[in-house]
Amino acid sequence: MLITINGKPRSFEAANLSVAELVQHLELVGKRLAIERNGEIVPRSQFEATPLADGDKLEIVGAVGGG
Amino acid sequence: MSDLLKIADKTYNSRLLVGTGKYKDFTETRAAIDASGAEIITVAIRRTNIGQNAGEPSLLDFLPPEEFTYLPNTAGCYSADDAVRTLRLARELLDGHKLVKLEVLGDPNTLYPNMIETLAAAKTLVKDGFDVMVYCSDDPIIAKQLEEIGCVAVMPLASLIGSGMGILNPWNLQIIIENAKVPVLVDAGVGTASDAAIAMELGCQGILMNTAIAAAGNPVLMAGAMKKAVEAGREAYLAGRMPKKLYSASPSSPTTGMIG
Repeated sequence: MLITINGKPRSFEAANLSVAELVQHLELVGKRLAIERNGEIVPRSQFEATPLADGDKLEIVGAVGGG
Repeated sequence: MSDLLKIADKTYNSRLLVGTGKYKDFTETRAAIDASGAEIITVAIRRTNIGQNAGEPSLLDFLPPEEFTYLPNTAGCYSADDAVRTLRLARELLDGHKLVKLEVLGDPNTLYPNMIETLAAAKTLVKDGFDVMVYCSDDPIIAKQLEEIGCVAVMPLASLIGSGMGILNPWNLQIIIENAKVPVLVDAGVGTASDAAIAMELGCQGILMNTAIAAAGNPVLMAGAMKKAVEAGREAYLAGRMPKKLYSASPSSPTTGMIG
């Protein structure tokens, strides 16, 4: 399945992938982040229960220095 | 003397709010913020680097959210929609945190705010339960409208973001301060300590700055100078300055008891 993450398309072999599994795959476990899927926020508590689908667009963001 | 800054029912000892951008590294960021005494620090929300930063330290490691009040901003947003979207992500990122800094820019060269988009975003965010501290132009009517929408603090610019040009229109700031029922903080434009003192002497409740500290020759030293300037300006405001006179027939030393 093809998922666009932060503007870049990425393909995954797995047919079923949850947001939690994706976070693990991207080595982001334990990082403070927020995820938006197709324009809707996925609460952290819903990562496990949220399946991804082919064509999904994700934004994964964190806090950085700024004024 | 207890003189606390109160924003959205929470009180703070420090009236200096600082940004966390433009520093050499996180160690310098931390040292400067410690020297500033700031309790509220702004952060930006950006895409996470995927696959290239597994063990890399993050800002949050150096500035734990338990130690500071985070003020996520919408820097770089040019529309109300983008700003609202960014702050909803920030709220999720920071576990339901409500206090935010709204800024919607109108022009990439001057970074002047777009107040039409800012007003629209403020309405949506207030309705959505956010405590909105809003960056704005120094237009007293706009400032009043932002207050009426329900923003918890109004933050007019003193001069353009990152310009260090100082307090260019003290008269407008004074009108905004006199009419406001919510805290007015100067955001943007402070260049050096005297600018901060002048803003506080006008009666501002606080100042938010980033570049004035981060781009100083010695950021940590400047952070300490800003802390003192904000405190000095505040105390001078509370004390009430003497009236200005062109000249005075009242010397400070006694006029009697002169020799001869």
